[in-house]
Amino acid sequence: MRFVEAIRSALSAIAANALRSLLTMLGIVIGVAAVIAMVAIGSGARNLVDQQIRSLGANLAIVTPGNVTQGGARLGAGASSTLTDEDADAIRREIDGVTAAAPFVQGTVQVIAGGNNWGTRIYAIDLDWFAAREWDVATGRTFDPEEVRRGDIVVILGQTVAKNLFGEEDPIDQVVRVRNVPFRVIGVMAAKGQSAFGQDQDDVIFVPLDAGRRRVIGRNYAKDRSVGSIFVKFANEEDIEPGIENMTTLLRQRHRVIGDQEDDFSIRNLTEIANTASASANTLSMLLAAVAAVSLLVGGIGIMNIMLVSVTERTREIGLRLAVGARPRDILSQFLIEATTLSTIGGALGVALGAGAAYLVARIAGWPSLVSPNAVIIAVGFSALVGIFFGFYPAQRAAKLDPIEALRRE
Amino acid sequence: MSLIETHELRRVYDLDSGRVVALDHASLSVEKGDFVAVMGPSGSGKSTFMNLIGCLDKPTSGHYRLAGTAVESLDANGLARLRNREIGFVFQQFNLLPRIDALGNVELPMVYAGVDKKTRRERALHALGRVGLAERAHHRPMQLSGGQQQRVAIARALVNSPSLLLADEPTGALDSRTAIEILALFQELNREGVTIVLVTHDADVGRHARRLIRFKDGKILEDHRQTPLDARELLVAETAA
Ligand SMILES: Nc1ncnc2c1ncn2[C@@H]1O[C@H](COP(=O)(O)OP(=O)(O)O)[C@@H](O)[C@H]1O
Ligand SMILES: [Mg+2]
Repeated sequence: MRFVEAIRSALSAIAANALRSLLTMLGIVIGVAAVIAMVAIGSGARNLVDQQIRSLGANLAIVTPGNVTQGGARLGAGASSTLTDEDADAIRREIDGVTAAAPFVQGTVQVIAGGNNWGTRIYAIDLDWFAAREWDVATGRTFDPEEVRRGDIVVILGQTVAKNLFGEEDPIDQVVRVRNVPFRVIGVMAAKGQSAFGQDQDDVIFVPLDAGRRRVIGRNYAKDRSVGSIFVKFANEEDIEPGIENMTTLLRQRHRVIGDQEDDFSIRNLTEIANTASASANTLSMLLAAVAAVSLLVGGIGIMNIMLVSVTERTREIGLRLAVGARPRDILSQFLIEATTLSTIGGALGVALGAGAAYLVARIAGWPSLVSPNAVIIAVGFSALVGIFFGFYPAQRAAKLDPIEALRRE
Repeated sequence: MSLIETHELRRVYDLDSGRVVALDHASLSVEKGDFVAVMGPSGSGKSTFMNLIGCLDKPTSGHYRLAGTAVESLDANGLARLRNREIGFVFQQFNLLPRIDALGNVELPMVYAGVDKKTRRERALHALGRVGLAERAHHRPMQLSGGQQQRVAIARALVNSPSLLLADEPTGALDSRTAIEILALFQELNREGVTIVLVTHDADVGRHARRLIRFKDGKILEDHRQTPLDARELLVAETAA
C-alpha cells in the first residue's frame, strides 16, 4: 500500500476515535511541549545573559559604596558615599588587568530645551565610561580630557532624549537647561535599545563628572570628590576574580578599614549576576527535561496500549485484509504508520503548546523567548520515533494474526 | 487442467482434548466455469475445506493445486499473493470495513495488488455496476441493506478478476427473498464464466448449483451433478404471486 494512502487511512482510523486518540496523545503532547519549552527557556536565558553582557559591556565589575545587601542593586546610593574618583584612579593604576575604571554619579533631572521639557536620568561620568560600557557617540563627539578636568557644562544626549527634545532637528551645539544650568550639547550617543529588564537605555544624558557633582546632582558629592559607583572593566574574564580580591584589599587600605571591620563598599561581578539568571534557567530546564522524559515514556506506553486495543477491536478487519491479499508486512506497516501518525500529531500539538508556554514564561520572567526550528524538528522527529518504537509490538501482533482465526473473531 | 485439484487432503487439529480430523482424505477436482455447492451438517468440515482451497490454511497432509500452482510450497507472502490474484471471498457476515464507502471497500483487493488509484476507481465502479450498485458507490456499509452489503462484498470479490469465487454461507444472514436475489446474481456471474464454490447448510440454496458435494465427518459422502434451480424464475414467480 502506498505511503500517502496509508497515512490517509491512518488519519481516518484516528478520526474515528477522536477523543480516545486525543487522550492517548496527551503524554506525547506534554512531553514534547516540555522539550520545546525547555529549549526555548534555556536559549532565552542564554540570550538574556548575552544581551546583558552586550548592553553593560563584557568583563565588568561594579564597586558601590556602603554594604550593599546581596541581590539589591542600589546603584548610586546617595548621602553616605564613601567612594571617590581617587579610588577609581587608584584602581586603574594598581589593579592588574583593569582597562577602565569609570566613576560616576547618577540622578534624575528635568531637561529643558526651548519649549520642550523631558524628565530623564543623568550620569556624571569621566572618560573611562565610554570604554567601560563599550558605548560611543553616534553624532558629535565625546568629552575631551580638558572638559572633564575642568567640569565644563557640556552634555551628551541619549537618543530618546534627543528625539523628545529636538525631534528631527540636529541637537549638536544647541543648549539644554538642567536645573537652570545651560549645558551645550556636544554629542548624541548611539542607540542601545531596551535593557534585558525592559528599561529604555537611551533615555539618559551624560555630563562631565565635576559638572554633574557641582552643578546638578547635589552637595554631598561636591565636597569630597565622592562618587556614586565605579564601573571597573577588565581585559579578560579570568582577571575579574583576582581583580575583585585585590580591589578589596586596596580599598580597605585606602578607607582605613582594619581587622575584622566590615567593608564600607561592595564589589560585584556583573557577568556573574547575568550567570545567575542562566543558572536558574538551567534548573528549570532540568525539571522540564525530567517531565519530558517521563511524559514521552508514558505517552509511548499509552500509544502501545491503545494500539493493542485497536488491533483487538479490528481483528476482523485484519482477517479480511489478509483474505483479500494483504501480506503480513502490509498489516505491520499499516499499524506502524497508524501509531506513528498518532504520535506525530501529538508531537505537533506539543510543539504548539510548548511554544505557547515558552512565550508565557518569557513574558512573565521578562526573558526573550526563542522557539528554535531545530528544537521543533527534533521534537516532532522524536515523537515519530516514540510512535515507531511503541507501535512496533502491537503492529507485529496484528501482522502475526492467523487469517482464519481473525475472520472468525467477533 | 482443472482449476482446483485436491489429492488426499487432510486437516487434523491437535487439541488438548484429543485430535480432531476436520477433513479426511478429500480428493476432488473442480473445472473452470463450474458452480459447486458444498453441503453437510454443522461440523462436517465444510469451512475447513473452504479455508484450504481458499489458501487461508495449509493441509496437514495431501496436495492442492489451484490454477496449476502447488499451494503447499508457498509461504505466507506467496499465499497472500495467490489469494489476491486468484480468489474472491464472500462471507456470511459480509466483512465490509465500516469506515470506508462501498467504492473504497471494493478497491481494497486492488490496493494490495498495487493497482494505481485511477484504475482502481474505474474497475471498482465497474464491479459495483455488475452487482447493480453503481449509484451506491459512496454509501457506507451502515447506509446499505444486508443484501446491498453482500452485493458490495461480491463486487469486492470480483474486482481482481479471480479464477475462483468462494462463498461461505453467503445467504446465511439474509431474508429469503434477498437470498434468492443474491443467488440469481451468482448464477448470472457463473453464466458469464466465473467459477463458484458455495458453502451452505441450506438445501434450498444448494439446489441452485450445477454440482453438489456433501460432507460428513470430514469425508466426501456424495458428489453429483444436478439441474440447477433458476433463481431468476423464482423471483419472477414470487413477484407475480
Ligand atoms: N481451529 C480449530 N481448532 C480445533 N478444531 C476445529 C477448528 N476448526 C474446526 N475445528 C473442528 O473441525 C471440525 C470441522 O469444522 P468446520 O470445518 O468448521 O465444520 P463446518 O463448517 O462444516 O461446520 C469440527 O469438529 C470443528 O470443531
Ligand atoms: Mg462452517
